[in-house]
Amino acid sequence: MIELKDIRKSFGDKEILKGVSTTMEPGKVNLIIGASGSGKTVLMKCIVGLMGVDGGKVLYDNQDFTSMDDKEKKGIRQEIGMLFQGSALFDSMTVEQNVMFPLEMFGTGTHKEKKARVDECLERVQLKEAAKKYPAEISGGMKKRVGIARAIVLNPKYLFCDEPNSGLDPQTSLLIDKLITELTKEYNITTVINTHDMNTVMESGDHIVYMYQGQKQWEGSNKDIVFSKDQKLNDFIFASEFLREAKEMRQLEMFKDGKWRDQLKKEQDGK
Amino acid sequence: MEFKFFYHFGNFLLMLKGMFSRPENMKMYWKQFMQQCVDIGVGSFGIVFIISLFMGGVTTLQTAYQLVSPIIPKSTIAQVVRDTIILEFAPTLTSIVLAGVVGSKIASELGNMRISEQIDALEIMGINTKGYLIAPKILAAVLMIPVLVAIAGFLGIWGGKEAGELSGVLSGEEFMQGLRQEFKAYNVFFAMAKSYTFGFIIASVSAYYGYNVTGGALEIGKASTTAVVVSCVLVLFMDYALTAILL
Repeated sequence: MIELKDIRKSFGDKEILKGVSTTMEPGKVNLIIGASGSGKTVLMKCIVGLMGVDGGKVLYDNQDFTSMDDKEKKGIRQEIGMLFQGSALFDSMTVEQNVMFPLEMFGTGTHKEKKARVDECLERVQLKEAAKKYPAEISGGMKKRVGIARAIVLNPKYLFCDEPNSGLDPQTSLLIDKLITELTKEYNITTVINTHDMNTVMESGDHIVYMYQGQKQWEGSNKDIVFSKDQKLNDFIFASEFLREAKEMRQLEMFKDGKWRDQLKKEQDGK
Repeated sequence: MEFKFFYHFGNFLLMLKGMFSRPENMKMYWKQFMQQCVDIGVGSFGIVFIISLFMGGVTTLQTAYQLVSPIIPKSTIAQVVRDTIILEFAPTLTSIVLAGVVGSKIASELGNMRISEQIDALEIMGINTKGYLIAPKILAAVLMIPVLVAIAGFLGIWGGKEAGELSGVLSGEEFMQGLRQEFKAYNVFFAMAKSYTFGFIIASVSAYYGYNVTGGALEIGKASTTAVVVSCVLVLFMDYALTAILL
């Protein structure tokens, strides 16, 4: 479990995070959503320790991460897996070597056991056939999947994904979302996703934090989000004409059980 | 351009301090060190080979051109070539070229890793990135650049001998005789002292600029250029300082 208590962060005079508090539970997909510049990337960097906080606390299973020294932080970090927006794969290594890297650095066991674990993870993300390829030789979606395989290879307790769907086509996006959700439930991981992809919000958001101008504006689940009366959240979610119309045209119940997409498709096919 | 000497110097020292921590996995650090030795040593051998040969050849011809007095034996040309190459050309000229080749490679490699979040990915894994990425590069440069300088010295002198023979300025025997005249082993020590210093400057300064890149692809190019320029200036400055102190 990750708890954020009154997180504050400024760059010079500009206050980016104005006291954000929330709790992210294991086995749930926790989403941080918000418009560009709302502070969600800074918040994620503060949670994982890539940026220091000016105030507040980040607690990993009740351990205060913000007050730890580098040596103590290393212990927590070895329980963290992270998927970066650009995948951040090591260019000079093959897909297999990328996934193997954390195991070689921190893993125990024989080379054979490590290799078996790498194969298992690549199998999990359906990329075994690309094991010998270099990152430059694979597509964006495949890179993301390699990033996921590398993030989970050490069986992390916490998984962070920074805009996992950016630059991907809708089908690949859904595949990535599904994969992250399955892994979260399967291994009871505390997953935190930074996104502004509405599909992810509707499909995967067990717990959603909506950021607005450096503050937590709204908090809830994908079941509640379309019923929210929060105007700023509604402006964000239903920013496109298409979704606004869809919302107005249909009873909100359709959103509740996620059937709205199927219904829309049916109607469009019918036309 | 704002010149923030103390800001950069302070950050540079903090970067060096940050390299010293217990390696997470010694085997991986060793692998990284060996990879850097190959990249810096073997990767730069070609250019060092070419410039050394021509450097020696040109030095022989120019020295012969200037020593026109009939009372000076021709073997003196070889003596002058030997000392010029050992004292100055092999360590300094080679290091200036290596600042371009190795320095820009280190800066752009680290800059690219920074921009593409590869350094962040290593940090998240709990790896000391300064220790894992920068320390092996500095150690490899400090080990391999003196080796390249020594090779450059041998090749330079050999190039000088070949150029002297080919142009008919002096015979091979005269050249070999001149090489043995008043040889001071201290000069070799001086050249090695310079090359260790230059190796450290080239790798650490380039790593500093590459590691701290912010922005995009344009900034990687800028950092690479700055790294080469600053390395060259510091190499020349230290060349003068060491000459004043050690000779």
